[in-house]
Amino acid sequence: MSETVTMPATRAGVAIECRDVTVRFSSDRGSVTALANVSVTLAEGGFLTLLGPSGCGKSTLLRVIADIVQPVAGSVTVLGQTPAKARRDRQIGFVFQDAALLPWRDAIGNVRLPLEVGGRRTLPPGAPGPQELLDLVGLSGWEKALPHELSGGMRQRVAIARALLGGPRILLMDEPFGALDEITRDRLNEELLRIWRDTATTIVFVTHSIYEAAFLGQQVLMLAARPGRVRELVPVNLPEPRQLSVRETPGFAALAAHLRAVLETC
Amino acid sequence: MSVTLASASAGKAGPAAEDDLDAAWREAQRRLRLRRRMLPLAGGAGLLFIWWALIAVFHVRPFIAPSPEVVAITLWQKFPMLMANLLPTAIEAVCGFLLGNLTAIVIATVFVHRKTMEEAFFPIAVLVNSIPVVAKAPILILLLGNGLAPKIAIAAIVCLFPTLVNMVRGLEAASPQAMELMHVLSASKREVFIRLRLPTSVPYLFSALKIAASTSVVGAIVGEWIGSQEGIGALIIQATYNFDSALLYATVLCGSCFSVLFFLTIRLLERVVISWQPDVTNL
Repeated sequence: MSETVTMPATRAGVAIECRDVTVRFSSDRGSVTALANVSVTLAEGGFLTLLGPSGCGKSTLLRVIADIVQPVAGSVTVLGQTPAKARRDRQIGFVFQDAALLPWRDAIGNVRLPLEVGGRRTLPPGAPGPQELLDLVGLSGWEKALPHELSGGMRQRVAIARALLGGPRILLMDEPFGALDEITRDRLNEELLRIWRDTATTIVFVTHSIYEAAFLGQQVLMLAARPGRVRELVPVNLPEPRQLSVRETPGFAALAAHLRAVLETC
Repeated sequence: MSVTLASASAGKAGPAAEDDLDAAWREAQRRLRLRRRMLPLAGGAGLLFIWWALIAVFHVRPFIAPSPEVVAITLWQKFPMLMANLLPTAIEAVCGFLLGNLTAIVIATVFVHRKTMEEAFFPIAVLVNSIPVVAKAPILILLLGNGLAPKIAIAAIVCLFPTLVNMVRGLEAASPQAMELMHVLSASKREVFIRLRLPTSVPYLFSALKIAASTSVVGAIVGEWIGSQEGIGALIIQATYNFDSALLYATVLCGSCFSVLFFLTIRLLERVVISWQPDVTNL
C-alpha cells in the first residue's frame, strides 16, 4: 500500500501483528465472541484508526495488543515479542477514554507515575522527561494543577504526556477525545498528528467518529459487530502534513462517504 | 448598606460601576455569612427559652426535668467531678477508636488481597454491622467483665465494622481504567495498593471515621452502664437512680460536647488529608 511508503518510519519493521485473534467473554447468558479471527498488521511508525459500531470489539482489540485481555485463539506480536514482554519493557503507552488521572496528584505528578511503579526508576537515555512532555502537549505552567482544576481537554493532554513517558514505541488510544467538545477535539486531533510526527511513535486509535478516523489515520480498520470481525482496511491518501482544512476537500468528503457506506453494512 | 455604596461610588470619579457591583456583591456575601452564623445561635437561644418557660409555667418538678439554669449551675459547681468522670470515658473512646479502626484497616487490606477470606467473612461483618450498638454492648460486657480494657474493647468493636465495610468498598473503588493503567505499567500488587487503592480509599475511610468518632463514645458510655464506678456512663446511671435530673443533663451535655469535639477533630483531619478533593473542602 502506498501509505506504508509515505509513513515517516525510521525502521520499516512490523510494529503490531495480530493473526486470527479470537476473544470470548463469559457471562450469565453464555459466552460472547467479542473478536472472531481478526488479523491486522501495522508497520512501525504507522497511524491506524479503528472504526466500527459499538460492540464491534475495537476497545477489546486494543486491550489484546496491550496485554490487558488474553485471546482464546490466534497470536499477537508487538515489536516481534509477546504483548506481555512489550508491556514489561514499557514499549506500550495507553490512553484511556476518561483520562484515568489520579485525582490526588498534580499534573506533573501524574505524568511521573510510570517512573514510580513497575520497577522503572529512570528514563531511557534521550527520552524526554515529565516537564518536556508537559511542554510537548501544551501544558507548560500547569504542572502544579490538580486534575479537578483542569478542563477535560487538559486532562487528556496530561494522560497523553503520561503515556509518552519513557518513549514507548507504541501508543494505544481508546476513544481519548470521545467525551470532549468538538472545538477541543479538533485542536487535540491536530496536536496529536504533530506529536505523532515529532515522536515517530506507532499509534492505534479507537474512535466512533468517521471524521476523526479519516483525519488521523494513515489507514482505517473497519470492524463489524457481533462477532467483532474485520470488515475492511481502508487506506487514507490525504496531503501531508494534514491540517484541519483538509476536511473541506473533495478527497476527504469522498473518503468519509465511503467509510459511512461501509459502516452501514457493519 | 446603600449609604456605603453611595459613598464608594462618590469617592471614585468616572465609570466605577463595576467596582460598585463588586462591593455590593461582597457586602451581600458578608451578610449571608453573618446570617448563617447568627440564625443557629438565635434558634438555640429560642429553644432554651421555651425549655425554661415550659418548666416554669407547668411547675415541672426538678426530679422529672431540670430548668436550664439549674443545669448550668450544676455544670459550674460539679465541673471538676464531671471532668474527672469524662477522662476515663474519653480515654476508652479514643483508644477504642484507634484500636478498632486500625484493626478494620488491616482486615480490609487482607480481604482485598485474599478474596477467599473476603468471601468467607465479609457477609458476616456486614451482618454484625447491622446489630445496633446498644444490643452488642451488653454481650461484650458479659464476655469481657469490668475495668478499663473491656470498655476499650467495646468501643473498638463498635468502630470496627462500619470502618471495615467502608474500607473494603474504598479499596475496591479504583476505576477499572485506573486498574488497567497500573497493569499496562506492570505495577506490582504492592504498588497498586500503595499508589492507587489506598489513596482511593481515603475518602471512604474518613466517612467511616466520622461515624466511628461518635459511635466510639457511645460504645464507651454503654460499656460503663453495667457495674462501673466511674465514667460518663456510670454517672448517667447514678444520676438517674438518684433522680438527680440536673446532674444527668449536665453529664449528658459533657459527653456530647466531647463527642462533637472528637467528630470535629476528625473532620479537620479529613480536610487536611483530602485537600485534593474539591467537594470535601466545600462542606
